[in-house]
Amino acid sequence: MGLRSLVLIAAVLGICPAGWTQSPTYGLGRTPTTQEISAWDIAVSPAGKELPPGRGTAKEGSALYVKKGCAGCHGAKGSSGGHAPTLIKQADQDPHATMSMPCLAPCVNDLNNMAVHSPFATTIWDYIHRGMPLGKEGSLSPDEVYAITAFLLYKNGVIQEDEVMDQQSLPKVKMPNHDGFALPPEWKHGTPRLQGYP
Amino acid sequence: MDSKEASKEDSKENSKKHSKKSNRRGFLKGGAALAGLAATGGAQLAKGQTQGAPNEKVDELIAYGDRSHFVTSIRKPVAERHSPDEFGLTFHVLTPLQDSFGIITPSSLFYTATHRGAFVPDIDPREHRFMIHGMVDRPLIFTMDELKRLPYESRIHFVECLGNRARPTHKTVQETHGLTSCAEWTGVRLSLLLKEAGVQSAASWIVAEGAEEVKGASSIPLAKAMDDCMVCYAMNGEPLRPQQGFPLRLMVPGFEGIYQIKYLRRIKVVDRYYMTYDDYGHINPDSKVAALTHQIGPKSVITYPSGGQKLPGPGFFEITGLAWSGAGAIRGVEVSTDGGQNWQAAELRTPSLPMAHTRFGFHWNWDGKDCVLMSRCTDELGTVQPTRAEVAKYWNQPVDKVQVRGADNTVQPWKVLSDGSVQNGLA
Repeated sequence: MGLRSLVLIAAVLGICPAGWTQSPTYGLGRTPTTQEISAWDIAVSPAGKELPPGRGTAKEGSALYVKKGCAGCHGAKGSSGGHAPTLIKQADQDPHATMSMPCLAPCVNDLNNMAVHSPFATTIWDYIHRGMPLGKEGSLSPDEVYAITAFLLYKNGVIQEDEVMDQQSLPKVKMPNHDGFALPPEWKHGTPRLQGYP
Repeated sequence: MDSKEASKEDSKENSKKHSKKSNRRGFLKGGAALAGLAATGGAQLAKGQTQGAPNEKVDELIAYGDRSHFVTSIRKPVAERHSPDEFGLTFHVLTPLQDSFGIITPSSLFYTATHRGAFVPDIDPREHRFMIHGMVDRPLIFTMDELKRLPYESRIHFVECLGNRARPTHKTVQETHGLTSCAEWTGVRLSLLLKEAGVQSAASWIVAEGAEEVKGASSIPLAKAMDDCMVCYAMNGEPLRPQQGFPLRLMVPGFEGIYQIKYLRRIKVVDRYYMTYDDYGHINPDSKVAALTHQIGPKSVITYPSGGQKLPGPGFFEITGLAWSGAGAIRGVEVSTDGGQNWQAAELRTPSLPMAHTRFGFHWNWDGKDCVLMSRCTDELGTVQPTRAEVAKYWNQPVDKVQVRGADNTVQPWKVLSDGSVQNGLA
């Protein structure tokens, strides 16, 4: 017997596994179609669950980086000197330099070097897919997003030039900052944000 | 020019501008003077006031009331990045707290902030849909009309951006603290909607997402989602303003602004933190800092007298300001007029509501000497708003070079100089 059946039986018997009333009371709204769900299901888990089929390499991404206008804002070499966040670690980058531009969200360290700073490669894919290029958001195909992601990962020394990025390989990429983030403690109603903080 | 002369000047100016209304105006003014006579037995009450010509935009005033043209308080973009920027994006725009009264921020002056800068979408509410899916037994999609048929509640909550941090270069309270505002929000409890969908027991987070061009999204703990979050369609008694997420936004009371997803179209119930679009701004290796970047700590600020204002001279003043906490209601506020050596209880001038601005007042007789004004609040958990020195001590930093990590809720000093001018005490 599957978990769903158990939950169903629990619901029928009036047992609430999660402690919340879990039966519909108002009967409003309808069931979305599978197509409706998949069209909107764009937030990509670090496990890559929502990644669509497709593939791309750094070489393909290199051409797309220019063709799709990325270079226009972020600079041909991945750094614009202030118009948009730095995407590619610069050889002459002073690690102690302050950011060349005000904190353009997402506000990160490493001179706003997004591609290096992300703890998961899926975040880069998710971000480009939903938020780029500026003014044409959502216009890139999955293949194009895989390719541009591969290009940025390669240029930042994270993967090899010939590595194919796809549903399986992308979530497995070990990012330099993989261990560089912490989650907040479990949230509970009526507790201070950090015990012992003044 | 004394006030009497000033009013004469105003009258002259007004009669020039509105000569065609002069007869009507003269009649009204005469009426006012008569009324004054009747009420005060001839004391010079009405004489010092100018009534001006009637506002000619009367149709507009009837349809959707505008404020007086004498009231000129406006929002302004943060100095660090102008809005609109070179791409036409709106980034962070500050509310004029120095001109505020009570606790409700007018919708037109409510601060606005976007994650990376954004265009304001023009969404047709008839086309808008809100979907719940993921780890639920019954995925659901709602129209706006269906959402409005559900039981609703109206609550007063503040919203504050994590970027709301005072710097020595800031001159006014609009610059130091203008990324917080407070409104009455109306909508459906998120827990009601999640229960309709039937949350599965292995779920632990939700991802909430907007419909705008970048589909702004945040991961939010399921415990918070089931506690007091609201799916809101109205603000201050009318539909949400476009800059505040029209037609639908998420309210996550007491959490920083980035969680209050605007143009809300989707909630996915999941079993892990997603590190998606908005989450990316929260990357930090230190779990202590992570803890300080979601729920807002107890915070207060004096809005009068505050930076850039000028006191006319010694005498009585009512020090006033706002206090709020992401953990609940404000229990009390104290004011110091000597730079934090002595603290005295202020009076709460509005109801103290959970996760809402609370207005405080404090009677003060200024002796005309240099002094430093401060406020600090205590929330219902008993947590006291810290000074920057206390935060420096916690992080083992030098007091003069403290960098407040996470959300900055430290005490704001205002320096009053003997000429009555008020300056940022951090400068």
